[in-house]
Amino acid sequence: MSEVEKIATRASYGNALVELGNEKDDLVVLTADLAAATMTGVFAKAHPDKHINCGIAESNMTCIAAGLAATGKVPFASSFAMFSAGRAFEQVRNSIGYPHLNVKIGATHAGVSVGEDGASHQCNEDIALMRTIPGMVIINPADDVEARAAVRAAYEYVGPVYMRFGRAAVPVFNDEKTYKFEMGKGIVLREGKDVSIIATGITVPASIEAAEMLAKDGIDAEVINIHTIKPLDEELILKTAKKTGKVVTAEEHSIIGGLGSAVCDVLSEKLPTPVFKIGMRDVFGESGTAAQLLHKYLLDAEGIYDQVKKFVK
Amino acid sequence: MNNLDLAKTANEVRKGIVTAVHSAKAGHPGGSLSCADLMTYLYFEEMNIDPKDPQKADRDRFVLSKGHCAPALYSALAQRGYFPVEELTTLRKLGSHLQGHPCMQHTPGVDMSSGSLGQGISVAVGMALSAKLSNDSYRVYTLLGDGELAEGQVWEASMFAGHKHLDNLVVIVDNNGLQIDGKIEDVCNPYPIDKKFEAFNFHVINIDAHDFDQIRAAFAEAKETKGMPTAIIMKSIKGKGVSFMENQAGWHGKAPNDEQYEIAMEDLKKVGEALCQK
Repeated sequence: MSEVEKIATRASYGNALVELGNEKDDLVVLTADLAAATMTGVFAKAHPDKHINCGIAESNMTCIAAGLAATGKVPFASSFAMFSAGRAFEQVRNSIGYPHLNVKIGATHAGVSVGEDGASHQCNEDIALMRTIPGMVIINPADDVEARAAVRAAYEYVGPVYMRFGRAAVPVFNDEKTYKFEMGKGIVLREGKDVSIIATGITVPASIEAAEMLAKDGIDAEVINIHTIKPLDEELILKTAKKTGKVVTAEEHSIIGGLGSAVCDVLSEKLPTPVFKIGMRDVFGESGTAAQLLHKYLLDAEGIYDQVKKFVK
Repeated sequence: MNNLDLAKTANEVRKGIVTAVHSAKAGHPGGSLSCADLMTYLYFEEMNIDPKDPQKADRDRFVLSKGHCAPALYSALAQRGYFPVEELTTLRKLGSHLQGHPCMQHTPGVDMSSGSLGQGISVAVGMALSAKLSNDSYRVYTLLGDGELAEGQVWEASMFAGHKHLDNLVVIVDNNGLQIDGKIEDVCNPYPIDKKFEAFNFHVINIDAHDFDQIRAAFAEAKETKGMPTAIIMKSIKGKGVSFMENQAGWHGKAPNDEQYEIAMEDLKKVGEALCQK
């Protein structure tokens, strides 16, 4: 996929907000001194009157967003996933989730692909945390096209939404002209009969590549993109599990509580199926380039290929 | 409403608090009673609200940051006509719209769910900011406990409110001097409270929480204050109005038994009768 254009989904977030800002009077974008890194800086330039910098105070920003939503605004509160979901978890739970307020949380720098900053900033726990909050929608887009569509869908939806974006540039594999984002609906990217690879975010293009490698070995893998982790597309997961009888989940997140757990929750209750979870295996990340880390933690195409092959055998 | 009528109404609010907590066999009477006069003033005199239209767009907002004092909020709302006073006895019971801590989706007149200390002030700041962004005229009020000031988020919110010159925001601190584990100066001393808010660029007013002249003057001063938020630090008596609860930390989160309930209601009845003599 070397010729494909690469864009970080955090940039998609900023660009989508600029566009929305042109159309929507009730949109407000908040940041906690990370305007440049979360790419809301471009929004600040385009719409300075709708951009609020809260300083380095994510808990306060989260509740300010709740107050804005309670009075009719549509706030997008932006920070790193570590702080949006981690530090401010209880604020999200009690001041946004419990009153079901219309706040959109834009969490960038998710997963190990944060890279050089190291484990303190590589959030592999946010999906697990957000999944436990009743009524919270969780979206983890895989590329620029999907990310921009997701931001718009999040605006249109009334209720709390957690959006997960990455720091690293990732291949744009969706076609803007034909792509359609439907909240809560997974997308079959490749049909197969031997094993289902259910992926989300940065592991989606890697899973497609892995499937191509597996095909050369005679393994026909189905690849599904789950951009919305909650509500989960149970129908599609049950359908693919029934078809292939073997499921692999792939995510740049802990295997505890993320997409893999969500898929297992569905299958264990409705269609017990062998599952192998690809993700961070209960370890912290470390410093390195994004590519090095994705490789080391078996989250790139090669890592996914190896693990699926071993599982299918 | 004149001061005498406010005092009479506040006494009824106190009866509602004691009745609700007694009925629930749990809850927080001490801090609810200490802010009963303030709650009465807000809902009967200060705020632009309409009990017949709890969601009206231009209403003033109130956030009970010290959410455990929900009985005071509920009792004031009931007295003001948002729902029947009789419903106060359903407090904390299964199926009641009166949850242990305020829930905006359940109770008419509750502008924000709260209960986790330190968060309500930030939400109020967000509401005040919202009004500024769209040039709305409504004002925002939030009530904090003095023990709550130990939450770091209070100061994140205050720094932001001062920075943004939110003169449509009034932060009220119920300084009854007691928290669950004892005197606030023994647990984690927040004093001087007024100087702290001054340092965060607030206009600060110190008052007696049980003097309606002082309460009235403070809110008038807050309205006239431009370019900065106002903090009203009100010195109060925890458990005010009920003889055996006054200034007792033990009554922070405990319900009176039947016998104690009778004494408490008798105390308040006497207060009411004395007010009727005036």
